[in-house]
Amino acid sequence: MSVRFDLRDVGISFGAARVLSGISLRFDRPEMVALTGPNGAGKSTLLGILAGLRNAHEGACLMNGKPCSQWRRAEFARLVAFVPQSLKLEFPFTAEQVVLMGRTPFGGGLFEGPRDWEAVRNAMEMTDTQQFRDRDFRSLSGGERQRVVLASALAQEPKAMLLDEPTTFLDLRHQVTIYGLLRDLARNGLLVIAATHDLNLAASYSDRVVALKSGQVAADAPPCDALSCENIREVFGVTAEWLQRSDGKAWISYGN
Amino acid sequence: MGIEPVTPARAVRILTGALVLAAAVAVLTPLIGSSHLNLGRAWRGEWPDAQVYFGVRWPRTMLAMLSGGALASAGVLFQALLRDPLATPYTLGVSSGASLGAVIAISFGLHNFAGMPALWAAALTGAAAVLALVLLVAAEGRRMSSFTLLLAGVTINSVITSLIMLLHNLASVGQSFAIVHWLMGNIDPVDWPTLGWLAVFILPVSVSLCFFARKWNLMSVGEEWAATRGASPQALLLWGYLAGSALTAAVTAVTGPIGFVGLVVPHALRIRFGGDHRVLMPASFLVGAAFLATCDTLARSLLAVEIPVSVVTALVGGPIFIALLRSRRKSLWL
Repeated sequence: MSVRFDLRDVGISFGAARVLSGISLRFDRPEMVALTGPNGAGKSTLLGILAGLRNAHEGACLMNGKPCSQWRRAEFARLVAFVPQSLKLEFPFTAEQVVLMGRTPFGGGLFEGPRDWEAVRNAMEMTDTQQFRDRDFRSLSGGERQRVVLASALAQEPKAMLLDEPTTFLDLRHQVTIYGLLRDLARNGLLVIAATHDLNLAASYSDRVVALKSGQVAADAPPCDALSCENIREVFGVTAEWLQRSDGKAWISYGN
Repeated sequence: MGIEPVTPARAVRILTGALVLAAAVAVLTPLIGSSHLNLGRAWRGEWPDAQVYFGVRWPRTMLAMLSGGALASAGVLFQALLRDPLATPYTLGVSSGASLGAVIAISFGLHNFAGMPALWAAALTGAAAVLALVLLVAAEGRRMSSFTLLLAGVTINSVITSLIMLLHNLASVGQSFAIVHWLMGNIDPVDWPTLGWLAVFILPVSVSLCFFARKWNLMSVGEEWAATRGASPQALLLWGYLAGSALTAAVTAVTGPIGFVGLVVPHALRIRFGGDHRVLMPASFLVGAAFLATCDTLARSLLAVEIPVSVVTALVGGPIFIALLRSRRKSLWL
């Protein structure tokens, strides 16, 4: 079963602050979507609504025809995985135990079965995290933690993945490999929606860019259209220029 | 230092060890005391060893074990639900509610209520009232989260503690002594039916908590984390709070508040075995039981007069815990 999201006129306020309004978007096929926009534009809130974590919103947010917040949590978690911006633990769990938690929606029993261990092994291989399998999650660096959390989401073997700035703390090599991995997964049938500030990663890896500004959709198009110099100035308030790299690919340069 | 994952084999190995420890404490601690007992004679039913062993000391050991197990289980649970390493079974006000009930019973000189000692009935009522109040405040107007639960619990705990001080201040000298005695917490000898009722309540609740271990793992990471991995944080928070409070209230009504067990036993086990509740939850019950029964044995045999068991749990448990912290300082778990 593939995952489709259908948002119709979604809005939400926190107290007096209007965070999102009039959001209508459809995600109905596996693709790599970059969700971008300045701080406070509502990216994380939108991801929270898609993940079924916020149900006090206006309008409708449907996953396969049923409101996200009305799904049974275990059934929802077998289809949709969520990667938070950062994860802070109070208690000692190894990296592997954190990844294993991604198998909770599948297991009725107290212990994981061979199928669960296989999913965990694959997820840790894909994210290059096997080497700190037995280390306390809290002793890992920010980027290492981010990869472990990503592995935990991959272990859910989801059909859609929602990521809140998955590469903030990653070094350059892992930024590139993680985005490459997400794009490959999207080619193989996963719907990926990733919030990001990195316009070049968005431009070179995603199939579609959704830009939010002040809680509204400012652009929703393939990268070259959504991230036009005009749109970038409009949404982010900086001047930008598309440059041609020596390998023929485009590069966005921005400044004041 | 690598830590092995929690596989069924490893869980069984650790829990067998904890079970052997608990069983040894259950059999051996009743032998210790002012009159020397012979285990063989006691088991053969010979007088007076059998009477002292089974009639007097064993029920007391069992009360200590049930109490220690329940408090350690509740401690682990509240630490996970509140994601607060400093949480104890008493953080959310249940024991101060029980104490207020007991102090009211002492202040008004109540003795018996519906066949139960008035003290116990009053303590249970007080705990239930606080529990209802905390839930009401925590869930007021918005969704209950561990944060609102913690704030409501800690605030109400402080209010109730002040009420206890107020009543204590107004009490006569005789009542004042009884109040202080109760507030210090004591494992007093109980009769078999009381023990039976406690066991029938505490054991199933503690065991069922173990079956939710994977859910407690998720909750100890975070509510969003749990929600996006197939759990319902609201329901887990509610049922966990009710179960932990019920365990604490049942024990506190009989023994008064006994500190340290619910805080230190879970931490010591976490340092040794990690944060996975599939091991932590059952091991806390067994080791908590063994720990409190050992402390109670020391309390009644160390000096000519009996020392309050709370004093022993801290005096013995504190240094052991600090030693454990120091020996593990370089480990990755701290």
